[in-house]
Amino acid sequence: MENTGSIDSLGSKRSSSRQPSVDSLSSTSTSRSDRSAHAAKPTFAMSSDNVSISTDFSPELRGRPKAVAKVLRDSKEEPQLLPKESVQDMAKDVTYICPYIGALRGTLTVTNYRLFFKCMDREPAFVLDLPLGVVSRVEKIGGASSRGDVSYGLVCKDIRNLRFAHKQMEDSLRKSIFEILMKCAFPVSNGLTIFAFEYGQVYPENGWKVYDAQAEYKRQGLPNESWRITKVNDHYELCDTYPSTLVVPVNIPDEELKRVAAFRAKGRIPVLSWIHPESQATVIRCSQPMVGVNGKRSKDDEKYLQTIMDANAQSHKLFIFDARPSVNAAANKMKGGGYESEDAYQNAELVFLDIHNIHVMRESLRKLKEVVYPNIEESHWFSNLESTHWLEHIKLILAGALRIADKVESGKTSVVVHCSDGWDRTAQLTSLAMVMLDGHYRTIRGFQVLLEKEWLSFGHRFQLRIGHGDKNHTDADRSPVFLQFIDCVWQMTRQFPAAFEFNEYFLITILDHLYSCLFGTFMCNSEQQRVKEELPKKTVSLWAYINSQPEEFTNPLYVNYSNHVLFPVVSMRHLELWVGYYIRWNPRMRPQEPVHQRYKELLAKRAELQKRVEELQREVTNRSASSSSERAGSPTRSITPVQTFV
Amino acid sequence: MIETFGIKLICSKNSCLSPVVCLVVSVSCRLCLVVSCRLCLSPVCLLSSVCLLLSVCLLSSVCLLSSVSVPSTGEVVFCSASTVLKYTQDDLSQRGVFGVLLCTNFRVSFVSDEAPTEEMGQLFKNKLYGENDIPLSCVDNIYGGSEDKRKLITGGLVKNKYPSKMIIHCKDLRVFQFSLSFSKEEDAKKIFQGIVHHCLEPKSLRCLFAFSYCENTSYPEAQRKKQTVMFDSVEDWTQDMKRTKGNCRVVSENSNFELSPKLPQYFIVPKNVSDEDLTKYQGKGLPMWCWSHHSGCALFKTASIPLVQEDNVPQTYMEKMLTAVAHNHLYSVKTEDLSDTLPTVQDILLSYNRFKQFFLIDNTTEFWMSDMKWFSSLDNCGWLDIIRQCLQKAVEVVESLEKENTNVLIMEEGGSDLCCVVSSLVQLMLDPYYRTLLGFQSLVQKEWVAGGHAFLDRSNHLHLKDKVESQSPVFLLFLECVWQLQQQHGPAFQFSETYLTVLSDSIHVPVFTTFLFNNDGHRDSLLRAESPHTQRSPLNCPTVWDWSVQFDCKAQDLFTNPLYTEKPKQDTSVRKSYRPRHLRQLSLPSSAFKTPPKKGFFKDEADNLKKILGVKRLSRWMLSPSSDSPQTSSSVREFYEAWQTKPLDYHGLLLPCLDGPSIRVWMQRYLRWIHDVQILGGGPVAMLSKVSEILGEVQELQRQLDRHGCTLTSNHKGARPRAKTAAAVIAARSSVRLSSSFPFVTSRNWSFKPAIPTSLLQSLMVTGMAGNLADREDDGGPESLV
Repeated sequence: MENTGSIDSLGSKRSSSRQPSVDSLSSTSTSRSDRSAHAAKPTFAMSSDNVSISTDFSPELRGRPKAVAKVLRDSKEEPQLLPKESVQDMAKDVTYICPYIGALRGTLTVTNYRLFFKCMDREPAFVLDLPLGVVSRVEKIGGASSRGDVSYGLVCKDIRNLRFAHKQMEDSLRKSIFEILMKCAFPVSNGLTIFAFEYGQVYPENGWKVYDAQAEYKRQGLPNESWRITKVNDHYELCDTYPSTLVVPVNIPDEELKRVAAFRAKGRIPVLSWIHPESQATVIRCSQPMVGVNGKRSKDDEKYLQTIMDANAQSHKLFIFDARPSVNAAANKMKGGGYESEDAYQNAELVFLDIHNIHVMRESLRKLKEVVYPNIEESHWFSNLESTHWLEHIKLILAGALRIADKVESGKTSVVVHCSDGWDRTAQLTSLAMVMLDGHYRTIRGFQVLLEKEWLSFGHRFQLRIGHGDKNHTDADRSPVFLQFIDCVWQMTRQFPAAFEFNEYFLITILDHLYSCLFGTFMCNSEQQRVKEELPKKTVSLWAYINSQPEEFTNPLYVNYSNHVLFPVVSMRHLELWVGYYIRWNPRMRPQEPVHQRYKELLAKRAELQKRVEELQREVTNRSASSSSERAGSPTRSITPVQTFV
Repeated sequence: MIETFGIKLICSKNSCLSPVVCLVVSVSCRLCLVVSCRLCLSPVCLLSSVCLLLSVCLLSSVCLLSSVSVPSTGEVVFCSASTVLKYTQDDLSQRGVFGVLLCTNFRVSFVSDEAPTEEMGQLFKNKLYGENDIPLSCVDNIYGGSEDKRKLITGGLVKNKYPSKMIIHCKDLRVFQFSLSFSKEEDAKKIFQGIVHHCLEPKSLRCLFAFSYCENTSYPEAQRKKQTVMFDSVEDWTQDMKRTKGNCRVVSENSNFELSPKLPQYFIVPKNVSDEDLTKYQGKGLPMWCWSHHSGCALFKTASIPLVQEDNVPQTYMEKMLTAVAHNHLYSVKTEDLSDTLPTVQDILLSYNRFKQFFLIDNTTEFWMSDMKWFSSLDNCGWLDIIRQCLQKAVEVVESLEKENTNVLIMEEGGSDLCCVVSSLVQLMLDPYYRTLLGFQSLVQKEWVAGGHAFLDRSNHLHLKDKVESQSPVFLLFLECVWQLQQQHGPAFQFSETYLTVLSDSIHVPVFTTFLFNNDGHRDSLLRAESPHTQRSPLNCPTVWDWSVQFDCKAQDLFTNPLYTEKPKQDTSVRKSYRPRHLRQLSLPSSAFKTPPKKGFFKDEADNLKKILGVKRLSRWMLSPSSDSPQTSSSVREFYEAWQTKPLDYHGLLLPCLDGPSIRVWMQRYLRWIHDVQILGGGPVAMLSKVSEILGEVQELQRQLDRHGCTLTSNHKGARPRAKTAAAVIAARSSVRLSSSFPFVTSRNWSFKPAIPTSLLQSLMVTGMAGNLADREDDGGPESLV
């Protein structure tokens, strides 16, 4: 895409939406430099809802620009640096082999935060700019070729691979820039600090204060006559992967909780995630019971679930949703785990949701990447897509959440959700069900609360699943569980375009910063670790950045039907691949102008007209004050043909 | 409700001499007398005096059939049966609604015994037929079912055993299931036989409902004239050529079909085509002008002449015609034989028949079973690929016109199927006028109706056995392609998705002259012959563009796209007629002189035309080109990418993205009747209603402004005229209550019960992809801290 970054030079907002999304991380940064050269007004290109450009440096992300110096530097080959960002190495005459444009020769810069490549031969300059956190693996491809070129491949977590080549170093003592890159890209493996701990940008709001467990439970009407907030896990002694604030049945004293914890994997006892404001049906999450091969039982656990059922007077039944395929659940008995037998748990009905484990999901994403990057095979697109099973997994997850939401809403029944440990599939299911059931979680702030609560505080192991700064790319603990969840949310926003306050760009931004290591939000594996590492003190929260410019992430079509339950259709007919995320690097798949764009124009037009009408009205009142007797005959008479559009 | 009288009359037709059953039906207080022969089921003409007499006699015993939703004049009931059970489609239980099943000369109709539910769904009511009516030409297949088996009925007399269950698949993808086991056996036999006869047996064009309808409906002709350009006069053609600044010759010699009944009444050919050329080969090989590019080059289409080896005459003729085309602009021409590069009409039919099966769903289990292999099924039926090929071909032609400024001549046998598809698509991409509602209708008139697409043969409304081969949904294919374009560039189109869906349904409503004939000559001769006033004007039938025949104004509001970006008017002083200026805002620079064309898909005759014409034999370049070269697609790709980097102008050139994920299924058309995939409270309508709402407000404000501007004294707080747009229509109802099937399915069955898929895991297990990964534990390695 030769004209990456020509957004501002074209000067038209409408046209900007068609700017390429290829290497769009870079495209913004170019436009950003143009922008900062023009004025300090940091309005994003309107298009950004669809194009991913989050790991970028919108002016808000960086420190106050020192205007003159920056402008001068922009024409050069270095990136604009964030506060505390420092250049580690720089190499000229590096070739970036773009799968869409071809070989590009330019300057490569590596900082402690990013990789920056700029090719000045093109007009406008081609820029590639990505946070090092995105890099999953750096490898030297082949030996030196006849021309003396060395080639390096970068496998990225955000569905792309980059390839560079440069001349063999004559001075063999000097380290190649890629060796520097390998060091900086994996700070954890190399004893360095992750950049999030250095980034010192100050935002108007402290994003770490977005979620307050007490306040969230209070919003749900808790505690109430059946449910209490317990302090038993204040010091993470009951369960080190759970949050300190837990909601449990009133009738169960803390002592009994400890006995229940002994029967649940990793001590993750059943606790309340969400309560229906009317029926009092609840969504409960936990880990698998330690049944084992001998079918061990726990009176405490049985009583505990009975109490949960009794807390909801509307139903005499309890549904236990085991996210796993029944085969896998049974296999877990060999390792001491298992599932609740309906004999032991009276009035409980067990349902398996057939969602596969993290390894299957990882493999599915790998296949998906093969199908969509760099090029799409036109002729068998759908068959290839089907062979990845990615959307089938999405369907299963959504279907599971749908069944949970349906039981709670239509059946007025409380549900218990677990998988093996209760931090992957369980998090997906409870949070999706809560998005369906509670309109609050469909707002920008509500969604942040949901992530903080169901994912972060309940110990989804982000550090392990993403592998921040860790060079061990083959680690079997890595898995796109959170990506799948965001994908599911995106599927819902497609089906209900007016039901979510946030837009696609918001979701993409979250995913980009999941990897970027710029914010502390997705660091560590549990609340306990975050407290120990003093993340709120040492890092900036992603929500601080997002909430500093909510208009960028707002869906203009949002209609607040907050107490409306959304039941998405989970048929393959309505599921589609999220092109705006998975295929965003392909310039041909650049999103068409979204409706939002057009809609925003309408909103602007409306505002303008309103202003003019008000002005006129003022004038009218002034005049009519002087000559009140005169009236136009019929107000409809002077209607002219409607001419609305911009 | 319907009385059958055993009045003995003798059926004179077909000399079957059987007693005639006489039915009297009163439809909304309008009496009509129906007589049909029990055996041959052909309507019997009675002297009007007899009718009158009979009707007077029977008046007392007539029951009002007020709940029949329709009104159509000229409609007669052939047969009926009561206590028929219509299954509700959305579940496997044998639940349903009892009612009367009727077969008339227009439709198969089910009238529920239950009181009709007055719902807000009435908004988008079709005036011609209701939700329980199937126009006879809309019936696709009929299945006879007993117990769990079903059998395709192919017509003819069903012997002895009548199936207890009748399943009707419609061409608009509705599925009806009736149980006849509760009706009187006699009635059941009769209705089954009647429906099969009238829906599947060959009939004459005269029997189509249009003729009875038009004879009985006085139809004001004046109003349609000032809307869509019909291309049925010299002026229309001249005007369109002027609009595009074309420089060709309008031929009016065929106005009475003297030249050939197969040629359009009026048409345009290159200047250099002489009078003698017009009549050779019955118009085959004659280049018909479609559209002129602003550079001067133009698009022509022609029916190719089959080549005879020994005979040089057609070749010489073809060469002459090509020279004529080349002379139109800069002596360059590219030819493209679509028969060689696009699927045949049979391929199209086969593919569509496979494709539509995914949507003709009998029950929920079947639906969820098919859901698992949905994507690969899509690939396998090839329908989306055919759409892609047509769009790609159109882009290639656009490239030649736009980038290389060569004349293009597309051809195929017959010249009125894929030529129509491609030429219309090219014009939609290049000319913003055709993206307006009236412009689009004019385009269909120009390329399809006047252009002689054999609508009758392609739809085979008459079920003629010798026409089975020629049946093919070519026009639907075109609408599919338009939908793809519209989907990708919404704000560029004035008409909505709903408009296209309704248009695709209207093909099967045998009322409109638009879709009933094979060409101009055919239409003219039939309408003339059928005219009640033989001496005067021909029979006056509505065209499909008279939307008021089907929908009232409010419903028609849904035809416009609230997102449409209107071209800002430069001069408001001169009120232009319906044709806006030929807008030229091209996103690509067009070279003033011809650039050397790339080696492309087209056989390129431009560089050394003289040499070719002098030396090369026609057969040389009429041969099929070496099939799809990768060069082609890469050339098209480059063209697309070059276009893509330019700022998008909705009033300039539009190109479709053809990559895998961009070609999609027309959800509204195909999924609207399937209960399990209706997104309640969601779907595009949720978005459109919001947009419409704001649009309404903007319009209202604009109006206020104008009012203030005109008369500053007027008080804005007076009675405000309501914005009458789709906005009002949709916004009136909370979008929460609408579903993705809006406006086709009412939200009557609104329930909070979501559709839970059955049999989920099977596909995953079968493929075995899970392998040992599936058995592994979630968590492998030891935990590591940051």
